Amino acid sequence: METRKKLLSDEDFPESLEGIYRIQGRDFVDAGIISSEVKKSLQGKGIPESIIRRIAVITFEAEINIISYAEQGTIQLFIEPDAIIIEANDIGPGIEDIDLALQEGYSTADDSIRELGFGAGMGLSNIKKFSDIFELTSDVGQGTRLKSIVKLNG
Amino acid sequence: MKLSEIRDLLDARVIVGEDKLDIEITTAFGADLMSDVLSFARSGCLLITGLSNPQAVRTAYALDIAAILVCRGKFLTDKFIETARELGIPILWTRFIIFESCGRLFQKGLTGCIRKTDGNEEKIIVR
Repeated sequence: METRKKLLSDEDFPESLEGIYRIQGRDFVDAGIISSEVKKSLQGKGIPESIIRRIAVITFEAEINIISYAEQGTIQLFIEPDAIIIEANDIGPGIEDIDLALQEGYSTADDSIRELGFGAGMGLSNIKKFSDIFELTSDVGQGTRLKSIVKLNG
Repeated sequence: MKLSEIRDLLDARVIVGEDKLDIEITTAFGADLMSDVLSFARSGCLLITGLSNPQAVRTAYALDIAAILVCRGKFLTDKFIETARELGIPILWTRFIIFESCGRLFQKGLTGCIRKTDGNEEKIIVR
C-alpha cells in the first residue's frame, strides 16, 4: 500500500492538513498501517494520549472500511487549534442504508476481511463511538464520505 | 504482575521484547475480533488473542496496549514479528488456549480491563 504525506507548503491544501494517505481497495496486507502512521504523526505535539488513541481507532476502522469495500480512497488528517479531524473519502459502491450500516453487528463483510480480525459490523459504530462529531454521507454507486471530529478540549 | 511472570505462568516464549519483561501489567482483554479490541480494550492491558497477523499488532499500537499474548501456538509470520519490533509491542507466545491462559492469569490476580460491556437488553438482535 502506498502511503503518502503531502507537504504543508502545497498551497492547494489548508494549513491544518497534516497528512493525506491513499488507500487501494482490497489491499489487505498492510491494513492498519495508516492508523499507525497517523498515530506517529500526532505524537510529540502536546496532544493528550487519550485523544491520540481515539484518532488511531477511528482511522483504523475507516481504513479497514475503505480497503474492504471501496475501489480506492483517501484518509486526511487535520490538526485544528481545537480539534483533530479525520476525513475518509472513497470511490466505491457506497452505502444504501446508512442507519442499517451503523447498527452494531450489521455487516456485509466477506472472509478476507474477517481473517484480518474485522468485518463483524462494529466498524462504523466504533468510529461514531469515539468521535465527538460524526458525519457519514454516501451516494450509491459512487462512494462514501466520512468526517470524524475529536475535540481537544473534551 | 510482571511480563516475565506471565511468561513463566504460561510456559510462553518471548518473541519480541526481551528488554521489556519488567513492565507491570494488571489488566487484560481477550478477543480475536480486533474491532472489539478497538472498541473495549484499555491502554496498558495485555491483549490475549489467537490472531497473529500485523493487524493485531497495529491494533495494540493504536490503543497503547502493553503486550500481546498469542495463544493456541499460532503460527507467526515474519511480517507479524517485524511489525511488533517496529512498533515496540512485546509478543509472548504460548501453546495454551485462550480459556486456559485467561484462567491461569486471573487466578494470579490479573483482571479484565473492563468487566462487561454497556448496552441495553433490547438491542441483542440485529435484523
